[in-house]
Amino acid sequence: MAEFLEHYLSLATKAIFIENILLAYFLGMCSFLALSNKVETASGIGKAVIFVNAITVPLNWIIKTYLLDDGALSWTGISAFSEVNLSFLTFIAFIATIAAAVQLVEMVMDRFSPSLYNKLGIFLPLIAVNCAILGSSIFMQQRDYTFFEAIVFAVSSGFGWYLAILTMSTIRYKLRYSNIPKGLRGLGITMILTGLLAIAFLSFSGINL
Amino acid sequence: MLRNKIFTDPLMDNNPITRQVLGICSALAVTVKVELAVVMTLALTFVLTMSNVIVSTFRKQIPHNVRIIIQLVIISSLVALADLVLKGFMYSVSKELSVFVALIITNCIVLGRADTFAMNNNVKDSFIDGFANSLGYGIILILVAIFREFLGSGAIYGISLFPESFYKSGYIDNGLMLLAPGAFIILGLIIWLQRTYTGFVEE
Repeated sequence: MAEFLEHYLSLATKAIFIENILLAYFLGMCSFLALSNKVETASGIGKAVIFVNAITVPLNWIIKTYLLDDGALSWTGISAFSEVNLSFLTFIAFIATIAAAVQLVEMVMDRFSPSLYNKLGIFLPLIAVNCAILGSSIFMQQRDYTFFEAIVFAVSSGFGWYLAILTMSTIRYKLRYSNIPKGLRGLGITMILTGLLAIAFLSFSGINL
Repeated sequence: MLRNKIFTDPLMDNNPITRQVLGICSALAVTVKVELAVVMTLALTFVLTMSNVIVSTFRKQIPHNVRIIIQLVIISSLVALADLVLKGFMYSVSKELSVFVALIITNCIVLGRADTFAMNNNVKDSFIDGFANSLGYGIILILVAIFREFLGSGAIYGISLFPESFYKSGYIDNGLMLLAPGAFIILGLIIWLQRTYTGFVEE
């Protein structure tokens, strides 16, 4: 049991700190740059990313394992299907799942939790084209995670993204009072600050798991 | 808008990366080597130009409220095609590019141009716009890659520029340039340079 937990714990630590999806793989930069200038917005989109990631990655795992992989259709019992390999459809299937899941989550949220909808609703459409979400699904496919690993990976990589955007928004809040050279304002200084943040996160790479 | 302007605008004044802030993820990730940046630019040029042409051809048939999904399907089919071609003919490069070819799907440049330009303009203009935007993207990508490969591995396009004696006398490549922070900082500085030149100030 302890070994079991340790495995998942190390997977989570790796996804949050050591291989942070934003600071080490650059995924989700567009929304990161656009929405990190206010703390409230940053925390809103961060939570929405965790939420959508936790839904879409396991969903894509199921689709990948039971529909798309080489011989994945053999569970149907029809012999003609047992050798079908639909993996060339992976990207289309993943992005369609994500777009559909985002739409569904938006509608469910609107119906059952209006207060949450008011907080996260406006960010949900943006998330369909956030590369952190599609990236997590593709990493899940490339690294051959099991179902539970996929769930842990989805939540923790989302959390890593949340951590990064929250940190950046607080730094940019402080930045309002500083005198930055004209051309560097906005995008330029944010890139350089992200670089410094990434250097800080590099210190985690010494951890041996 | 004049045809010339459609072509020259994305190269400098309205550059997709430094000005429109689109497609930053891949700009950072594939710039460890110039070779990767060139291949990535070619893949994006194919996808962006084709998707602009296809979307613009069907712009009058696509219903407004499901347009994003239709555009995504068109784009992801093109990306799957590009990915398969890369896997078939340049296997080692496609291994190094890993997920980033697939992530052209969510690369905001492609969707952004399809939605804002190709939906409202004719096929010819959309073709030029797609091509020019990929070129503007490629310029920044290759520029970042040149700096990172030069400082990080002492080479450009795989050709070593420093003689062996240089290293023997104590010169060490800056490994940080090959890691994530190097990409962020180099791109930040290039944005600064470009914005100082064009005089654009963000408030």
